[in-house]
Amino acid sequence: MNIPFTKHTLANGLDVLVHEDRACPIVAVNVWYHVGSKNEITGHTGFAHLFEHLMFEGSQHYDRGYFHPLQEAGASLNGSTNADRTNYWEVVPTNALELALWMESDRMGFLLPALSEAKFENQRDVVLNERRQNYENRPYGLAGMAIVAALYPAAHPYHWLTIGAADDLRAATLDEVRAFFQTYYRPRNASLALAGDVDPRRALDLAEHYFGEIDGGQPAPPVAAAAPPPLSSEIRMVLEDRVELPRLYLAWHSPALFDEGDAELDLVADLLASGKTSRLYRALVYEQRIATEVAASQNSRELGSFFQIVATAAPGRTLAEVERAISRELATLVDKGPTASELERCLAQAEAHFIYRLQTVGGFGGKSDQLNAYNVFKDDPGYFARDLARYRSATASALRQMAGRYLRPAQRVVLSVVPRGRLALALPGSGPVAVS
Amino acid sequence: MRVDRSRLPALGPERPFTFPEIRRQTLGSGLRVWTAEHRQVPLVSVLVLLPVGAAADPAGRPGLAAITADMLDEGCGDRSALDVHEALGRIGAQLDTDVGYDATLIGLTTLGRFLDQGLELVADMLIRPRLEQREFDRVRELRLNRLLQLRDMPPALADRVFAQLLYRNHPYGHMPIGTEGALRALTLRDITAFHRRAFRPADVTVVLAGDAPHETLADAAARAFGRWTETPGETAFDDPLGAEPPAPPPNRLALVHRAGAAQSELRIGHVAESRKTPDYHALLVLNMVLGGQFVSRVNMNLREEKGYTYGARTSFEFRRGRGPFVFHASVQSDVTADAVRETFAEVRAIRGDRPVTRSELELGRAALTRGYPRSFETAEQIARAAAQLALYDLPHDYFSTFVPMVMALTPEDVTRAAATHLDPSRLLTVIVGDRERLTPSLASLEMGDASEVAVG
Repeated sequence: MNIPFTKHTLANGLDVLVHEDRACPIVAVNVWYHVGSKNEITGHTGFAHLFEHLMFEGSQHYDRGYFHPLQEAGASLNGSTNADRTNYWEVVPTNALELALWMESDRMGFLLPALSEAKFENQRDVVLNERRQNYENRPYGLAGMAIVAALYPAAHPYHWLTIGAADDLRAATLDEVRAFFQTYYRPRNASLALAGDVDPRRALDLAEHYFGEIDGGQPAPPVAAAAPPPLSSEIRMVLEDRVELPRLYLAWHSPALFDEGDAELDLVADLLASGKTSRLYRALVYEQRIATEVAASQNSRELGSFFQIVATAAPGRTLAEVERAISRELATLVDKGPTASELERCLAQAEAHFIYRLQTVGGFGGKSDQLNAYNVFKDDPGYFARDLARYRSATASALRQMAGRYLRPAQRVVLSVVPRGRLALALPGSGPVAVS
Repeated sequence: MRVDRSRLPALGPERPFTFPEIRRQTLGSGLRVWTAEHRQVPLVSVLVLLPVGAAADPAGRPGLAAITADMLDEGCGDRSALDVHEALGRIGAQLDTDVGYDATLIGLTTLGRFLDQGLELVADMLIRPRLEQREFDRVRELRLNRLLQLRDMPPALADRVFAQLLYRNHPYGHMPIGTEGALRALTLRDITAFHRRAFRPADVTVVLAGDAPHETLADAAARAFGRWTETPGETAFDDPLGAEPPAPPPNRLALVHRAGAAQSELRIGHVAESRKTPDYHALLVLNMVLGGQFVSRVNMNLREEKGYTYGARTSFEFRRGRGPFVFHASVQSDVTADAVRETFAEVRAIRGDRPVTRSELELGRAALTRGYPRSFETAEQIARAAAQLALYDLPHDYFSTFVPMVMALTPEDVTRAAATHLDPSRLLTVIVGDRERLTPSLASLEMGDASEVAVG
């Protein structure tokens, strides 16, 4: 099982990956820039994402918005920014491949001449609206900011979320946009994947034609972030929010994306909270009915991951009860490890999900996006099979060992989110945090 | 050769696309089995369509259809609730239950080699759910908790109040999840009775799309569902959608107060047409121009020109009965009245002094038709597309006529559809936001006093 591909690096440093899949007359164009909020610095947060917005506002040779010609050609398109990377994609009918490459290459090579103060001001407003809509106005929407701020020291670029601080966004300038583009939006810092109804030779020729003339630029400066110091003790915090039910967040540092233990902890997350027979769902929601929902995730990232468990208390139940039940289940897991049957179930699910990921050529998580992820993070677009092998070779004792090494009670961040004015509902000993 | 950047490259010749063939057969019980081959990835998507949804909730029992569907996987046949989920997990299957107004859809995607096991589980859920008191109590509690949490979610609040005010006692006047009072009053007998009446094989279509020949898919479905026979003595369901939606509410402006809200959540719309309207294609194109895509009028105006919002859109929600036309956006509190004014202006303009232009028509038609094959990329997409044909009783050649029908539309057709199906005088505006910050500017809309809707 894999995603067959060819890889070729253009003279300007742009990686071109091609995967042929003729089932549907569409081609996915997917570009990754290896830049995200981890390349930001204190006081300038939210910038990578704000910049992503500007990439849709037109470039030198087509300065009337990015969407119009592509939507007219029948494309779907979008982009996203996270801590580690920024991606842009179009899925176009086969006959519009050149159009998509023209548009992507124009904004890679010629964005700045079309950039204006008016566009910048407008998109800053749009992003501030996005922040209000998806964070400030959403129940529990600010919890993520409090968690990463506690896990990472102030100077570490994972200390803030990709959306950034509102004040930083207001202070951003057009000059910074220009410098950011010149530093990070270069072919040398990008990876282009084409997947779908296209001959690999022709795809490469077209990529060379449209992107080959762009100056490759200097290598992007490395991120200068010291590894975050391990937590020396448990941190307990409380945040008041407009919510009905209190919710508990537990977070731990965990191995970086693809490092030893990353896949094992991903499986531990499934074992704990994926499906009704997972340990935490079964104990907290199904049997004891002290929580109304529970989730666990290994949030894998380049510079270091964090493992998180989130549970919402059922009405009338306390976060202290919820915390005790979670800690008990974790202790049991670390003590006895998973059963053979549990591991089998988790592996079956993981393997099925690798197959489900082969269904689409484009979009978020489609085959073109995966080729770019493996290329950017592992310098190996063919890493799919080895990625799967990480899961297949995981053992019960490795899961137990990793859970024991990383999910320690004394080295976690615990956040209680409680209804406004009900601070007493937080776990005992929690200090108020300010997030806005 | 250097890139010619003086103009955009022309589109190449369109590649032909053959829609997946759907083969149809009917079991002795009347249950329909539809199959489509999709051999790219070794999995199968199964979709069970029961054309009974929240619109069929009896008076005073909103939420019954949804909780009944929710109970199906809480123990069935020889398996307890936990056993069902253990079995699903062990084949890596994804189960998805969705109750809308018109239908209950149960979807299962699994690896091809587990098709029989997956189908057996789904068939047991439909035919032999245990519907036990203990599980019912727990599931109801979870739904009540969910309702409690929805009170803090502006989009959910806005949707609910909009549906209530627009449709009132009509079957579309409540949310599928129901209300706290109704959920508390439900008993297990309600569930059992609803299941007996609504879950009839003769009404069900099972769609299978995936990596096996038609015969294999159909045989597997026949094995799983062949044992399902009609319960004698049960009468068929009355179509709940005979009733016409009510006239627009007298007060066209409603406010749900949320102190300190960071934004205002907006819904603006009125009752529109059913899925069977002959103007369906014209309304799709109209919507593309007005608010159905990024470059539509309302998004370009409210987001890209004014910076009022992260995104604004409109939609015609086509259902078996007359669904709403609705505008959605979350906007800055201080510009709420301006955003409402602009939205009304856009609706007036498109049926008045700024009718759909030739180039807008071409853009809308192209966006709908050129991207059409994209909707048939995965087995699940194919199964869902086929289920739409079954639910709305659309012709077998529906997919292949879609593009020609859209392309035949003229600007006049779309303008006429706008004049016929959009009516600014009937628009209902629902705002979820901070009363104190909004009241002064709302007066400037001259829509009368906002009726304040309490949500409890």
